[in-house]
Amino acid sequence: MGNPERIFARRSGRAGNGLSRRSFLMTALGAGLTFGFSGKASAEQIIGPDGKAVPSPVPPGFEPTIWCSVQPDGFIDVNIIRAEMGQHVGTALARILADEMEADWEKIRIVHVDTDPKWGMMVTGGSWSVWQTWDQFRQAGAAARTVLTEEGAKLLGVPADQCTVRNSVVSAGTRSVSFGEIVSQAKPTRSFTPDEMAKLPLKTPGERRLIGQQVKALDIPGKTTGEAVYGIDARVDGMVYARPKIPPTRYGSKVLSVDDSAAKKVPGYIRYIALDDPSETVPGWVVVLASSYPAAIRATDLLNVRWQAGKTAHVSERDILDHGRQQTASSSGGSRIMDDKGVDESFSKAAHVFERTYTCGSVMHYQLEPMNALVFLKDGKWEVHCGNQWQTLFLPVFAKALQVPEEQIIMRSYMLGGGFGRRLNGDYVVPAALASKAIDGKPVKLILTRSDDMLFDSFRSPSVQTLRLAMDGKKGFSGFQHHASAGWPTQVMAEAAMEKGADGKPYDQFAISGADTWYDCGPMLVRAISNDLANDTFRPGWLRSVSAGWTPWATEQFWDEVAHEIGRDPVELRLSMLNGEGPDGRNKGKAPDSTGGALRQNAVLRRLTEKCGWGQKQSDPDTALGIATGFGQERGMPTWTAGAALVHVNRETGVVTCRKIWIVIDAGTIVDPDGALAQTEGGALWGLSMALCEGGEIVDGQPKDRNLDTYTPLRITDVPEMDVEFIHSTEKPTGLGEPGVTTVAPAISNAIFNAVGIRMRHLPIRPDDVLAALREKTRS
Amino acid sequence: MITFRLNGRDVSLDVPEDTPLLWAIRDDLGLTGTKFGCGVGQCGACTVHVGGRATRSCITPISAIQGADVTTIEGLDPQGSHPVQQAWREIQVPQCGYCQSGQIMQAASLLKDYPSPTDEEIDGVMGGSLCRCMTYIRIRKAIKQAAELARNYGSATEGDSSNG
Repeated sequence: MGNPERIFARRSGRAGNGLSRRSFLMTALGAGLTFGFSGKASAEQIIGPDGKAVPSPVPPGFEPTIWCSVQPDGFIDVNIIRAEMGQHVGTALARILADEMEADWEKIRIVHVDTDPKWGMMVTGGSWSVWQTWDQFRQAGAAARTVLTEEGAKLLGVPADQCTVRNSVVSAGTRSVSFGEIVSQAKPTRSFTPDEMAKLPLKTPGERRLIGQQVKALDIPGKTTGEAVYGIDARVDGMVYARPKIPPTRYGSKVLSVDDSAAKKVPGYIRYIALDDPSETVPGWVVVLASSYPAAIRATDLLNVRWQAGKTAHVSERDILDHGRQQTASSSGGSRIMDDKGVDESFSKAAHVFERTYTCGSVMHYQLEPMNALVFLKDGKWEVHCGNQWQTLFLPVFAKALQVPEEQIIMRSYMLGGGFGRRLNGDYVVPAALASKAIDGKPVKLILTRSDDMLFDSFRSPSVQTLRLAMDGKKGFSGFQHHASAGWPTQVMAEAAMEKGADGKPYDQFAISGADTWYDCGPMLVRAISNDLANDTFRPGWLRSVSAGWTPWATEQFWDEVAHEIGRDPVELRLSMLNGEGPDGRNKGKAPDSTGGALRQNAVLRRLTEKCGWGQKQSDPDTALGIATGFGQERGMPTWTAGAALVHVNRETGVVTCRKIWIVIDAGTIVDPDGALAQTEGGALWGLSMALCEGGEIVDGQPKDRNLDTYTPLRITDVPEMDVEFIHSTEKPTGLGEPGVTTVAPAISNAIFNAVGIRMRHLPIRPDDVLAALREKTRS
Repeated sequence: MITFRLNGRDVSLDVPEDTPLLWAIRDDLGLTGTKFGCGVGQCGACTVHVGGRATRSCITPISAIQGADVTTIEGLDPQGSHPVQQAWREIQVPQCGYCQSGQIMQAASLLKDYPSPTDEEIDGVMGGSLCRCMTYIRIRKAIKQAAELARNYGSATEGDSSNG
């Protein structure tokens, strides 16, 4: 499936332009001196080995590649282009480089860099970071080790092949010299091109000393003392505060009149600005400026704006789901992403067709740090200060909004108070930039209140999925179809990154991935359909696990339903289809990303069933296990996943309680074991929260929920027992930020069926719906 | 003019009386460890101690804290080594970390009331603090560890010991 990095790298030719880190740091230093920051914000965020912030910038050291710099005092600065949003990404990536370099971990510092074309594509999403950095950082580590060994050998007066390297020390016999000494005494200059890096020999798994070992994440200490600096904490002298007045529709609203007579009475109110947005990111927006944020909040409340609303002012969640149902029912439209020979024939010849439809409601991001950005013009360059996940995608949007070349904009890096995909969409920067432009580039700090943030969320689209199985007789089947309709975030925001289907039609891989399973179930048709009503009404977002957060809701319930229909055990049926075969042998897998193929998914499912006691009867009434399995985010980077949920259903109240979750994952090599566990724990609880606690609704073209009074993500009281296991592997690492989410909701729904015999085909599962289904079952 | 003690130091502010304590702390006094989450007292990210009690600073008007002792995450312990902070690092609790100042302040307050908290007591007190990364399993574990550390540490009160 799609990796936008590759696609964009090809299109924009943005791989390294040869700028040295030295020249970059000189620029950053110059800027750092003239920003006049009153707070802690500076050019880069650097975290030392003790987890403490290191004053930025550090002096330039020796750079074997652009990815790291060795200082004369032995510190090694590792450049991280991924956003830190809770996955401890800097630690995991630096471990990869340091291991290959044979560096002393106690000397590693991580540098969260600002945007610069030399970094190539800057995107943090898709659970890609470790997977896509694995080769690059091992090569960068090998390059550093190679040159430091060569120079160290010269200092020791021996051939390089007689040296050993450990813990940042090059040794020959009893004599040794450290990396820091080498850099200060030998002044090495050799650097490596990407092609040269790719040819360097790499360590074997048995030689690894940091990868796979426990480590304390470098970003954590600052997050326990209040010292970690998030986008919302960025400050600059003379900045004014801003809050938007958001129009009644996401698109197409026009300001008719603005009356600020009441707002003017708020002390600190400065003015309002009706934005003129050439990028059409925030049409119809009005921004209020004030000398403090509380004043901006109050004045915005009192500003009276009349709009002519856009055409989606009365669209409801139901309208979007109904439209999706029509789309999946119709045989035309969409893109056929899997279209196996014989699939149509299998349906035309089928004795009967087993068909089910599954739906999911909207899901809000509710990342805890509301959207915000600080923007100003300094020395001819626009400075953007905020947390962001996809800088490379949005720099051109900001350029269009500001009507300046992209080269005149730089984004500074901050910690993200939650990403979950919301900050892949950089739309929140545009109003801050336009407001700053309207006041001649003076610094504007725009913060959305929570209600603004939810109103403006780029939330997970409602979806409709219809699955069909061509049945031969009572037990056999000969073909499978999966039709999925949803809003398409990639179509709306990154059209060039869309994949092409088997029929040549573009589709949003992040709105279908997960449906293209590794099951051998006869010829398959998988069709992705863009819900245009959703796309028109709101800006569909990428949300943690993207489509793999909802396609298994359909597939994994469907196969459970099929198993019960044909009288087979749901686990045994799945295992029989996870045979590593399938049309054209596609489920055998491909090295290095999916080596072993479906047999690895088979293995995690078997391990799961051993652990959770599948098949044993539960002693409590109305209590049962359910299972589900999947492959994480995408076929091209499978994280083999199996999940089980032990669930109790209260027949009086309809309340579903999840008592325990088991997850077994094979993600290849695990770089940072505790970070991997933390991501899986958090992901699984996201899965649980979306299944039982969340669910938004579009009312009159906008999300109904505006805060925690009605939108109720999981709290500590609802946390079940959890058992997470990673299969030991030395294969290439895949992703872990999201796969923990994927199996939980269908496992819960399957457990509900096993407990009380009802099928919940809409997500979230609400007590009223459970009660209605129980009544229906009693009647029938 | 509002006068109060912030992390053991006297401070005076000339801001409108209805200014939420949160924004006074963050923007007027420059301590940004206390976070803005929901703005309606339901997520807990803005939790500070007022008179030693966990308080939602986003819904506390500055006028209400005239003369009071306010402690933020920055003042919980001079070295950042309150038992709760130590446990948070040992158990590796934070993910994105945005809610964690509030979680830590709430947990420090919890340990004053329940030096050896049960799961039910932890749920009862911490249920008001949302963690969107869902680090709850580790929060529970770390609170128990902090309780144990606190017994060795002497007490689980603020480093400035101004409001026990």
